[in-house]
Amino acid sequence: MASTAVTGSQGAGPLNTGVQSAGAQSVSVYTDTTVRLFTLAAVVWGVVGMLVGVIIAAQLTWPELNFGIPWLSYGRLRPLHTNAVIFAFGGCTLFACSYHVVQRTCQTRLFAPKLALFTFWGWQLVILAAAITLPLGMTQGKEYAELEWPIDLLIAVVWVSYAVVFFGTIGIRKVRHIYVANWFFGAFILAVALLHIVNSAASPAGPFKSYSAYAGVQDAMIQWWYGHNAVGFFLTAGFLGMMYYFIPKQAERPIYSYRLSIVHFWALIFTYMWAGPHHLHYTALPDWVQSVGMVFSLVLLAPSWGGMINGIMTLSGAWHKLRDDPILKFLIVSLSFYGMSTFEGPMMSIKTVNALSHYTDWTVGHVHSGALGWVGLISMGSLYYLIPRLFGQKQMYSVKAIEVHFWVATVGIVLYIAAMWIAGVMQGLMWRAVNPDGTLVYSFVESVKATFPYYVVRLVGGLLYLSGMLIMAWNTVMTVRNGSPTEVRIPVPGAKPAHA
Amino acid sequence: MESLYLLIPLSAGLVLVIIAVFGWAVHRGQFEELEFEAERILTDETLPLDGRQGKTASSAEES
Repeated sequence: MASTAVTGSQGAGPLNTGVQSAGAQSVSVYTDTTVRLFTLAAVVWGVVGMLVGVIIAAQLTWPELNFGIPWLSYGRLRPLHTNAVIFAFGGCTLFACSYHVVQRTCQTRLFAPKLALFTFWGWQLVILAAAITLPLGMTQGKEYAELEWPIDLLIAVVWVSYAVVFFGTIGIRKVRHIYVANWFFGAFILAVALLHIVNSAASPAGPFKSYSAYAGVQDAMIQWWYGHNAVGFFLTAGFLGMMYYFIPKQAERPIYSYRLSIVHFWALIFTYMWAGPHHLHYTALPDWVQSVGMVFSLVLLAPSWGGMINGIMTLSGAWHKLRDDPILKFLIVSLSFYGMSTFEGPMMSIKTVNALSHYTDWTVGHVHSGALGWVGLISMGSLYYLIPRLFGQKQMYSVKAIEVHFWVATVGIVLYIAAMWIAGVMQGLMWRAVNPDGTLVYSFVESVKATFPYYVVRLVGGLLYLSGMLIMAWNTVMTVRNGSPTEVRIPVPGAKPAHA
Repeated sequence: MESLYLLIPLSAGLVLVIIAVFGWAVHRGQFEELEFEAERILTDETLPLDGRQGKTASSAEES
């Protein structure tokens, strides 16, 4: 790192303008201030979001833990959990990594660094507003889109700024080729903009109250077109962008098949848009629309596995690195969970399977397999790569702690999803059991009672996952304390050939 | 099922946009020399000028 790290000259403050005037030649450095801020915020929100998750898991297990206090009630804390882990933790991770990767692959500073800094503060304001309004019960009632209309407007402003910074940076790139990760980030940014604006359309009826522009099953269709694409673009495409950069960098090997990365990118972004109806099987949604969603969801298995195979096979010839490198463990195992979830999802999109799984905890298990297994682990691996480098270190303060975190998290995930699989299938079977005379065998409350032990196991799994995140937070604090914000020089392409 | 009057044209339009962007990428040589580009992120510190810098590739480097 010594050759590229610039220490000292302009003072170590994080608000370096980034241009050195050392002697005759001025050298450019990357704008990593905002990357640093988002990276640290991601770790903080990871802990917060997972903590709220553990609290609501406990409340489902022991409802007394609602304490009769409205702003601590499960109904209000659940969206706080989902928004915190997806948009605060996931969002900050995506901002940090996309801003980092777009600079490094384009070999240029960020376009409009001040606007990038605005996206950081704007996003934190969105998170703060969510943390206040959701427990107060202010909600639009749409999953992953609960935030009321003033916050939706702020999100739109921040998001447009994000697009300007990201695409602006691509526009001023010094390398003609746009690295594949940037295609994933670009698609994620544009898709989320479209989804948010369409789904959040509402008529305000007060400072924190509004009515959706859509109603009934129409609203349901729009909501799940949004909801599934939030998964497909925010939670998949964005993080695949990260995967395509951080796995090659950590493994020190190029992507297994660059050609495949391009092919599966285009297939993925096209197919995801049509999968939404699988959330609405056997509802008032027209049958043919449900079928479209089912078929495209099945097709989606192929491009998804293309990405998984590409990432995992990057280690071809270097599998031994997995033994000693815990960051690589995070990155590669995240892809295994990605493969599992993108197989499970299409299976659950089949109407007959869905007839059993819908409204059960199998759905929760599936979500968390993707969220804890894929999104969580790829984020942790990427952040563990990024944090030391942003603070002038070769690696995190404790590599052993990364290893411990990996195992704790993985065991937590397995406990969580196994518990939910068993609970979910059990619930589905209990709800549909009929006596010969056509009456139901079980009352609903009997299925709730039968689920109790699995909620306990799930809580244990979640606690383990949170513990892992706390280990990461400690490791991050120690790394930052031992390092200092470091500016990284942008490589200047080698000397021009001498002119005759 | 009125929401489909919005969603289907929107998605169809998106498909056209996707095709257009893909066409632009092919035209601008984004899919040339893929093995090299895959390696680039691993060796960007030391690469000499190779005519692939800048948006207008070789023309910018001829001077």
